[in-house]
Amino acid sequence: MERKTKINAEDGRHDLVITREFDLPLELLFKAYIEPEIVEQWMGTKVLKLENKKHGGWQFETSDSSGNVVFRANGVIHDFVLNEIIVRTFEMENSPFPVQLEFLEFKKLTEDTSELNMHIVYKSADVRDQMLKLPFAQGINMAHNRLEEVLIKLK
Amino acid sequence: MRSQMTSLYLQSNNCVMEIRRDVFQAIADPTRRAILSLVAIQSMTPGAIAANFDSSRQTISKHIKILNECELLHQIQNGREIYYHLNPEKIKEIDSFIEPFRKMWDERFNKLEAIMKNYKK
Repeated sequence: MERKTKINAEDGRHDLVITREFDLPLELLFKAYIEPEIVEQWMGTKVLKLENKKHGGWQFETSDSSGNVVFRANGVIHDFVLNEIIVRTFEMENSPFPVQLEFLEFKKLTEDTSELNMHIVYKSADVRDQMLKLPFAQGINMAHNRLEEVLIKLK
Repeated sequence: MRSQMTSLYLQSNNCVMEIRRDVFQAIADPTRRAILSLVAIQSMTPGAIAANFDSSRQTISKHIKILNECELLHQIQNGREIYYHLNPEKIKEIDSFIEPFRKMWDERFNKLEAIMKNYKK
C-alpha cells in the first residue's frame, strides 16, 4: 500500500509540518537518516559530512552530469536522540534563503510501520511561501528549458 | 478621525496592490477565507455575504473587491443584482503551488522506503 506524504501549511504562518507513514520498522527509518551511504541514495546527493550528535554538523552537495556543483546545503545538528529525534538547521549555500530550523520526530506505529513528523520553522511567512513555491517554479523552469532544447534542435 | 480613515484607506490600498501579485496573501485573511467558503456553496450578492459578518458592509465590500481582483471570485450580473461565485480554476492554482512541494517529498520518501525494504531481513 502506498502511504501518502501530507503537508500541513496553514496560511500566514512561518512554519509547516510534513507527515509520512512508512512501511518500515522505526529502526530502519531512522537508519536511512544516519548512514551517509543510504542518505546519498534516497536524497540523490553526496554527503560531505554527517555528524549524528549534539553540536554535530552536516553538509550535502549535488552535482550535475558534467560534475558542476548545482546545490550545496549545510547545517548543525542541534539535538540527536537515537530512533527518536533529530533537531537540525538547514541552509542552502549561495542562495538568498535564510537558515531554517527542522524538528524531526520518529515514531513507532507497529512492529513494521513507523511515522516521521518534520516540523520546519522558517524566518518569516513570506520565506516559507517562497520555499513552498520553489519546486513549482523549478517545474516551470524545467519545462521551459526542455522546450528550449526542443526548439534549438528544430532550428 | 479623518487621518485615521486616510491611513486605513492607504493600508487597504497597499494591500490590494500586494495581493494582485499574490493569491496566497489574499487567502491569508480569515474573513476572506470565510467569504470564499460561503460563496463556494452558492452564488451570493454582496449584501447576503455581508449579512454573515459582524463587520460593516463597507469592510466586507473591500474584502470582496480584493478577492475579485485576484480572480478568486467572479461576478455575474443578474438584473439589478450582482452575484459573486467562486472561480474554481484559481483555487486549483493555489492548490497546485503546494502540490509540487508535496510531491517532491513524497517521491523522496518513496525512494527511502524502497531502499530500506532491501535492508529488511
